[in-house]
Amino acid sequence: MYPQNYSYTKEHEWVSVAGDIGTIGITHHAQKELGDIVYVDLPKPGAAITAHATFGSVESVKAVSDIYSPVSGEVLEVNSLLATKPEKLNEDPHGEAWLVRVKLASPNELKGLMTAADYQQYIGE
Amino acid sequence: MSQDSAPLKQTALNAIHRAQGAKMVDFGGWDMPVQYSGLVEEHHAVRRAVGLFDVSHMGEIDIRGPQALHLVEHISSNWAQKLNIGQIHYSGLLYETGGFVDDILVHKVADDHFFICINAGNQEKDFAHILAHNTFDATVELSSERYTQIAIQGPRALETLQKLTKTRLAEIKYYWFVDGEVTGTPARIARTGYTGEDGFEIYFAPSESARIWRALMVAGEEFGVKPAGLGARNTLRLEAKMALYGHEIDASISPLEADLAWMVKFDKPDFVGRAALASQQDQLTRRLVGFEMTGRGIGRDGYEVQIGGAKAGWVTSGSPSPTLSAAGTPKNIGLCYLPVQNAAVGTEFEILVRNQPVSAVVVPTPFYKRSKG
Repeated sequence: MYPQNYSYTKEHEWVSVAGDIGTIGITHHAQKELGDIVYVDLPKPGAAITAHATFGSVESVKAVSDIYSPVSGEVLEVNSLLATKPEKLNEDPHGEAWLVRVKLASPNELKGLMTAADYQQYIGE
Repeated sequence: MSQDSAPLKQTALNAIHRAQGAKMVDFGGWDMPVQYSGLVEEHHAVRRAVGLFDVSHMGEIDIRGPQALHLVEHISSNWAQKLNIGQIHYSGLLYETGGFVDDILVHKVADDHFFICINAGNQEKDFAHILAHNTFDATVELSSERYTQIAIQGPRALETLQKLTKTRLAEIKYYWFVDGEVTGTPARIARTGYTGEDGFEIYFAPSESARIWRALMVAGEEFGVKPAGLGARNTLRLEAKMALYGHEIDASISPLEADLAWMVKFDKPDFVGRAALASQQDQLTRRLVGFEMTGRGIGRDGYEVQIGGAKAGWVTSGSPSPTLSAAGTPKNIGLCYLPVQNAAVGTEFEILVRNQPVSAVVVPTPFYKRSKG
């Protein structure tokens, strides 16, 4: 369920790194807690985001929740799929429904994140 | 909502909800299921087939005695004398100011006995309020602990419940009730609900809760019955434009403002709040209206409403509408207070969604009305 090569936050986001590019999303646990997602608000390419700071929001039928960034960097790409098909976030949060790709400013930040095993223990699954 | 140190209250069905995988939340001090399989799925199950709700957190008050009617007439804005035995009406329990203590369902059990269904979080307050106004030959009992309440709602609700009772459900009219039985257990069976669908609310002894819940799940299986949580209950009642205490109504809001003037009967004997409402009648300043978002966003509870950039009111409830969105185009609806001069259908205004003004328009309500077969 939770890919081994991703790193996780206590706020239920994940980041997957290839070179100096990080792909960020929310976890399966997060989408399940949020329920039916209807809007995803994300920054524009070029925006700077900061680790542990909010950079967007996910709105479900029930409520709005902030998304916190696992890492700092510059947004290179935003997943345009989510503008028209926000429900994809419920269906494939670890894959097709990634949120943004960023150029990592401080790869060292990854060390402070949880492994898949740690995260699963954290959420009690 | 969480109350320091006080443990959450549980209904008799708590363990069943957990076993069915419900996500539980603190709702007015009660540990209640907010959703099971998913809010939208549960919502559609109620509109299209049948859903079960544990609403045992709701409270009950019994008023008995030779002057029971006098007490009910005094504390309630609707006209209890017009009720027949076995009939129910919606009413306001009001302060002298005309604001709501609570919204209530008054059931006439006998000439000297009225049964009142009240909101979970308001029980102690309602009970104290009624006691304080009881100068009559009547007794007031807070009887909530004697009842489990389950709502069976949806177009297949009657067929589902009928399998478990000899009481002829088709003969119970909307907003009437019968003291009958469900699986042999004495039960008050009321044709009421909070979803905008046909359905029943049944009241019976908590000791029988798990058995009757399971029996209802089995009886409804062929129709696709689903247990439904507070999340679906909220979107269903919003589409039907039914008020929720703490949102559309509270101590600062009168029934006239809340578009519930029909529950205020000025022609009946005097009642608590009458004088304030009579003077408010011709000088209302704000009114509850339904809106649909025309911009991208959802106007949610508490968001500021603006007209021409100035604060004009507030949102009381807002959500995507699962029923109106089912055709494919997402629709976001809600209820808000607007100045009466800006409350006409078609009026365009803005709602501050996370500090950004987003357009909305006043629309006719209810948002959803079932077709009666």
